[in-house]
Parts: sequence; structure tokens; C-alpha cells
Amino acid sequence: MKPIISINSLSKTFTSGFNALEKVSLDINKGEIFALLGPNGAGKTTLISIITGITIPTSGSVKVNNYDVIKDPIKTRSLIGLVPQEVAIEPFETVLSSIKFSRGLFGKPQDSLYINSILKQLSLWEKRNTKIIELSGGMKRRVLIAKALSHEPLVLFLDEPTAGVDVELRKDMWGIIKSLKYSGVTIILTTHYIEEAENLADRVGFINNGQISLIEEKQQLINKMGKKTLSIHIQNAIQNIPYKLKKYKLEISNSGNTLTYNYDINSEKTVITALLNDLSKENIKLKDIKSKQSSLEDIFINIVGK
Amino acid sequence: MNYYAIKAIYLYEMSRTYRTISQSLIAPVISTILYFVVFGSAIGSKIENIEGISYGVFIVPGLVMLSVLMQSITNAAFAIYFPKFVGTINELLSAPVSTIDIVIGYIGAATTKSFSIGIIILITAHLIVPLKIVHPLYMLLFLLLTCFAFCSFGFIIGLWAKNFEQLNLVPMLIITPLVFLGGSFYSISMLPVFWQKISMFNPVVYLISGFRWTFFNFSDFSFGVSLLAIFSFAILCNSIIFWMFKTGYKVRN
Ligand SMILES: Nc1ncnc2c1ncn2[C@@H]1O[C@H](COP(=O)(O)OP(=O)(O)OP(=O)(O)O)[C@@H](O)[C@H]1O
Ligand SMILES: [Mg+2]
Repeated sequence: MKPIISINSLSKTFTSGFNALEKVSLDINKGEIFALLGPNGAGKTTLISIITGITIPTSGSVKVNNYDVIKDPIKTRSLIGLVPQEVAIEPFETVLSSIKFSRGLFGKPQDSLYINSILKQLSLWEKRNTKIIELSGGMKRRVLIAKALSHEPLVLFLDEPTAGVDVELRKDMWGIIKSLKYSGVTIILTTHYIEEAENLADRVGFINNGQISLIEEKQQLINKMGKKTLSIHIQNAIQNIPYKLKKYKLEISNSGNTLTYNYDINSEKTVITALLNDLSKENIKLKDIKSKQSSLEDIFINIVGK
Repeated sequence: MNYYAIKAIYLYEMSRTYRTISQSLIAPVISTILYFVVFGSAIGSKIENIEGISYGVFIVPGLVMLSVLMQSITNAAFAIYFPKFVGTINELLSAPVSTIDIVIGYIGAATTKSFSIGIIILITAHLIVPLKIVHPLYMLLFLLLTCFAFCSFGFIIGLWAKNFEQLNLVPMLIITPLVFLGGSFYSISMLPVFWQKISMFNPVVYLISGFRWTFFNFSDFSFGVSLLAIFSFAILCNSIIFWMFKTGYKVRN
């Protein structure tokens, strides 16, 4: 499948001399949800700003739907909706007029039916005639989303859409994002909530110091890098691992009451059977066992930590 | 051209004007009335007629220009500086609009506003002094062109300014003296020859002279020169705006 966004060897050096992006190459597939993860200052917003036309790249190219963002900005920008990280909306305007403005700005004739449906979907209907300055932070964020959706974009950028948003609204937004994907919108989102990426994304990209360090299908990533841990709670505490169990590299914790076994998700299943057999041979009685699969968050910490 | 974008920007800017209609209109009207009271009546009664025209009437074109120039610059500068300040400019920068859309939308709205202010001041003046305009169509054309040129100039200042101080700097430091020394309250021919020569370098002199011609059919310079001057200034300002958006200078990172 042809990518809807194609980023080729993109670099950005700010006038301060700072290299925010270094030769970033990345393809975004049509209709997918792509999560861009990385620590503060990694270059996520800079990358989004270049694709959306706010920032000019130093070198490299970006194509959206096969149009170059520098040579054909009108064509590329009309396809893109952006929910910026910073909450910036003209404070003295009402919710409705601010959203209508966005639709017009992106070259679409007014359509109150559509705008009303967005307002309702984002629970802004009651607030439509309220001035932005009178809204809470979470509501302002919803207005930003409404503004981005107002012109029916094909590609939607969400730069930390759920920062400072309560749990309920976050779950609402996940629902909205999923239904947008369902309707064919390609979504690129950045987030510091790993569970958000885990919940939503089809693919995940890691960026650090302006460089993409890894792009993977989410599930493959978890499979490939995912580690499982088996916690074995035992009846009688032990202080030393018996010699015959040394090969399993068990860790003792919980003052000798818990043994932890780390294994790869792809490793042979028979190992666990062998371990449990060996435990019983050593006369170690089990109380309970629990297994846990590592999350994207663990993987993220692993990558960033390197 | 993105017709819907132009309409959206223009209407949005106009609605901002309506929201602040009292400041937008009342302030320049009151200050004009004050000028009339002080210069027209109090001082003017002691001054002889100029070319057969009473001083109170003579200063009308200059007063209109004074207000219109200041209003054009501050309105257009603020219109683009405010989105920069609040951060909403990013929406404009990421929108599928060309420079011409932006110019028509923002500068068009600012021009509408200062043109209306100019007309309202004229009406106010007419209520105070008997006013006859010899070339009304030229007067409207020249006023419109002046509004457009100086709104364009203000727009550049708004794009360029990094803070509120810089935003106020140019109108206060450059425009006010140029307008006061530009013959708002006198004819250049009333000055000693030396100062007449110096005044030739003040572009506002040509503006006020041209505008005055449309009222009274006499001026320090020919109307054509004034028209050419304001026309060139409008083109110069808009070229700078197009260049700024093309290169991203002071606009995009
Ligand atoms: N206009 C600018 N001039 C100079 N440096 C900048 C500018 N904008 C961003 N930077 C720098 O570029 C780097 C990347 O910033 P960016 O905003 O892209 O990070 P981010 O990944 O979005 O971080 P966060 O998670 O905090 O939002 C940072 O070190 C930042 O200080
Ligand atoms: Mg960011």
C-alpha cells in the first residue's frame, strides 16, 4: 500500500543552531493510527510542525498524498487537521464561531449539520455560545479537536491530545479517535501515556534526540521485545537458590517468599514445565503463581534508557 | 485563491471590530472633535483664512489623515500580532491559504475599518464646520488607497514585532512626528524656504497635500504626484509582505 505521508531524510536546525531533527525518514500508511513516542524535547512537535507547514525544514522532504509540503502547500495542508500541543485559541471568541472559522480557513463552505454533530460528539453542544476564556482546560482541548475536525481532514495530527485531561474524557477521546480511524482518517498521535499508544496504535515509532530509533507494528514490538515474568509465591521462605535451580537464574524477593523467573515470550513453553518440575523435586511448595507480560512502557523505558 | 478562507478571515476580523466597536469608533471621533475645538475654534479664530478657506475647514483633510494613518497602522498591526501573541497564528500557518488570501482577509478587514473611521470623522467634521468637497470621488479613492497602503504597512509591523513595545514603537516614534510635521495643520508654503525643502523628504506631506486637493482643488504638489506616491507605497508594502511569507522571514521557524 502506498503511504499517505512519506518523510525522507528530514533534518531541522533552528536558527539557534540546535539540531532538532536529524535525517528522519518515516512512512505513514493510509488509515492507520501511528503513535510517536519519545521523551520531552525529542523532536515530536518539530516533526509535526514541518509536516503541517508551520516550520520550514532545513533539508529533506515530506510528501502528503504524493504532494510535496513545500512545493504544493495548499494541496497538502487542505488534507491535514492539527490538534496542537499548546492550547491556543482566541480567548474572546465563542466556541461555535471559533470552530466555524477553522472550517472556512481550510476552504470548506459552512455546514451547520456537520459542525453540530462534532459539537455533540465532543460534548461541547451546551457550551457552543460560551467564550473560550470561560472554558476549563479540558474543554479547550476539546475545542481544539473540534477545530481540527471541522474541515473533515484525511490526516489528523494529535500532539498530546490527552495531556491534562481527566480519565473519563481520555476514554471518550480514545473512542472518538477509534471511530475516526474507522471512518478512514489516518491518525498520527504523540503521547506520554504509553497505555494510550498501547490501546490505540497500529504502529509505534520511537524518537529520541531528533532521530527515529525504532518503528514497529505494536503487536510485533510487544512480541519481539516483550518479556514475561513469572512470579512464584512459595509456602516456606528460602534464602538461597538450590544448586539444581541455578540455571533458571531465579531472583529472590519478598524476604524469600517470592521467586521471579524472567523469560522471553518466544521461548519454549516446556521451560516452565521443567521449572515447575524442578521446584517440586527440590520440595519447594507453591502458594500461587502469576505471569505478567511487559507493556510498551517497559519497552519504552528500555529503549530510552539505552 | 481560497474564497472561503478569505471570507472566514474577513468576517472574523470584522466581528472583532464589532465586539470593540466603542473603542474602535468613539476614540478617534472624540479626539478629532478635541482637535477641532482646540485648533479649529480656539486657535483658528486667530488665524487668517488660507487661500480663502477658513482655518477650521482647512485642517479637516489633515485631521482625517492623522486619524486614518494611526488607525490603519495600529489595527492592521494588532490584527496579526495578536494571533502571534496568543499562538493562534499556527492555525493560519497550517491552513491551505496563499499570501493573497491572507492579505485580502486581514488587510481588507483593517482597510474597511479605517476607511469607515475616516468617513465617520468627515461626517463629524461636517457637523462642526461647513464642508464642501470639490472632487468627492477622488477623495474616496485617495482615502481608500491610503487606508490600504497603511494597513499593509501596519501588517508588516505586526508580523515583525516581537513584543508590545515594538508594536507601539513605529506608530509613536515615526508616524506621529511625520504626520504633525506633514502639514496637517498648515500648508507647506507657510513655512520658511529652508523648512519647505526639509519637508519634501517627509512622505506624509504628499499624502496630506493630495488629500487636501480633493477637498479644495489646491495643493502644494500636483495630485498625480500624491497618487503615485501612495500607490508606490502600497505596492512596496505588499511586496514586502509577499516576500516575508515566501521566505518565512519572521513568519515561520
Ligand atoms: N523555535 C525553536 N528554536 C530553537 N529550538 C527549538 C525551537 N522549537 C523547539 N526547539 C527545540 O527543539 C527540540 C525539540 O522540540 P520539540 O518541541 O519538537 O520536542 P517534543 O518532542 O515535542 O517534546 P515534548 O514532549 O516536550 O512536547 C527541543 O530541544 C526544543 O528546545
Ligand atoms: Mg511536543
